[in-house]
Amino acid sequence: MTASTAPSADGARTDVAPLARLVGATRRYGDVVALDDVTLDVPPGQLLGLLGPNGAGKSTLLQLLCGLRRPTSGSVELFGRAPWDPAARVHLGLTPQETGLPPTLRVGEVVDVVAGHFPDPVPTPELLERFGLVELRRRQTGGLSGGQKRRLAVALAFVGRPRLVLLDEPTTGLDVDARHDLWDAVREYHRGGGTVVLTSHYLEEVEALAERVVVVDRGRVLVDGTLEEVRSAVPARRVRLRAASLPELGAERVVVEGDRHEMWTADADALVRRLVASGADFSALEVASPSLEEAFLAVTAAGGDADGAPHPTRTPEVAR
Amino acid sequence: MSAPGPTRTSSSSTGTATSTDLGRRGPGALRLTALHTRSQLLETVRVPIAVVGTVVFPTLTMLFFVVPQPFAGDPVQATGATAQISLFAVMSVCLFTYGVGVAEDRALPWDSYLRTLPVGAGPRLAGRLLNGLAFALVSLVPLVLVAWLLTAATLPLDRLLLTAGALAAAALPMLGLGLWIGYRMTTKAALAVAQVLLLPLAFGGGLFLPPQLFPAWLDAVSTWLPTRAGRDLVVSATTGADLPATTWPVLAAWTVLTGVLAVRAYRRDEGRRFR
Repeated sequence: MTASTAPSADGARTDVAPLARLVGATRRYGDVVALDDVTLDVPPGQLLGLLGPNGAGKSTLLQLLCGLRRPTSGSVELFGRAPWDPAARVHLGLTPQETGLPPTLRVGEVVDVVAGHFPDPVPTPELLERFGLVELRRRQTGGLSGGQKRRLAVALAFVGRPRLVLLDEPTTGLDVDARHDLWDAVREYHRGGGTVVLTSHYLEEVEALAERVVVVDRGRVLVDGTLEEVRSAVPARRVRLRAASLPELGAERVVVEGDRHEMWTADADALVRRLVASGADFSALEVASPSLEEAFLAVTAAGGDADGAPHPTRTPEVAR
Repeated sequence: MSAPGPTRTSSSSTGTATSTDLGRRGPGALRLTALHTRSQLLETVRVPIAVVGTVVFPTLTMLFFVVPQPFAGDPVQATGATAQISLFAVMSVCLFTYGVGVAEDRALPWDSYLRTLPVGAGPRLAGRLLNGLAFALVSLVPLVLVAWLLTAATLPLDRLLLTAGALAAAALPMLGLGLWIGYRMTTKAALAVAQVLLLPLAFGGGLFLPPQLFPAWLDAVSTWLPTRAGRDLVVSATTGADLPATTWPVLAAWTVLTGVLAVRAYRRDEGRRFR
């Protein structure tokens, strides 16, 4: 931004500098460690899905990236600067919580306020057009439906033509159509060269969008890799059935209650094949991909019981 | 929905993230201040009842406590009384707009969203200060009209500027107090504390009854209150009355004290408001 930072040194480099970076970032709230020594790069053009149960530290991670909070130790960079430096946030876009829109302001006014912070914003009429908000321009945000608020909130993330967009659980509370509309918008932005960090606790959503998946639990990065790598690392399928007794089928976790069996596995197909091959008598077979949150709870609960350690304190879900 | 694409920076082919890519500078601090002032004003004005309380209460006080009194016919006393109530109006704006208003805003997710936009604390705070100033002015208009039409109060034009300056100086410790409450407390606590402080400070400072009517002990206590120092300053500016030697030191001490408290609360808040 200043003339003193000459482009020559970086222009010659072949490797691509990340848009955002955490190095050994730890954030504590009192005694609770919300984020524990996390190192993460967000290279340009990537669509990164951040997965984890509630209280895993996803929100804290995003809050560090957008400068709302500072790390207790370690460092955080956004466009090569400290995120709490306003200049670092010129190319950043994010959505407010849908409940967080000022209720007395009109839709057009809210867009204008946010647009006014950026050097080259999308003109308000164009943005409203793109997000199907034209007829709502004169409406106060307090009178919008949940879905309309969500659309406005998402539109706000794109007002400043951001190069990096942070979306915190963008589709929570949306119906299926609205969810797919939003996914399309995210894909289109990504195709245009945009970089996205998206949090979700729905595996489906991350499967639909992300190229790279980072799984966070209890403030730590558990897995960081492609979708396939993550899927095999997390037993995200739940197989339920009724049976008098079952042989060992290689599930990650088994809960038995009377004749009800619940099994967690990364590969439900293989498990069902083994089940059928075993010749065991069963009924009411049901295979589901529950939220990753449930899968995590199942796995972490098993781990806690096994070594007899007290269940670690979860970070309370803090205001986002 | 269709999202617009990201900014294309011509300076770098690969789109790497170096600070040189930050490209064009965003809007200046003045434009951002105007932006925040405007949206805050809009937000407040759209809930008229919130405005009415602040604006009407001082005028009512004037109508009930000054206009019917015999001294309303005496130019010096009526002018002094108007000055006192003007300070009361400014003070309630400070405690409520800054105290309760800030506490309310802090509790809203919109406030943390604004903090993620490329804007520092300066323009947002400046917008808030200008907003409070606008309300103080609005609350003074009916008050001055009532004084002018219904009492013998007079203010020569050459004293107008002096009076405005005195009001501003007298408001400083109240501003600090308001911001301290706002950044330190939750909405409910801020409302209670603002209400608990408003009347004793106003009465004890001689904003309702002139201090000449105080018993000796109350007058002694009153001398050390920020409202009393402010009241003496404003009355002196309007009527040319002598300024007690204690006025400036007391006002300065309270300004520094509340200013330090406000700044500390603000800094503390940056790290802890999200708990």
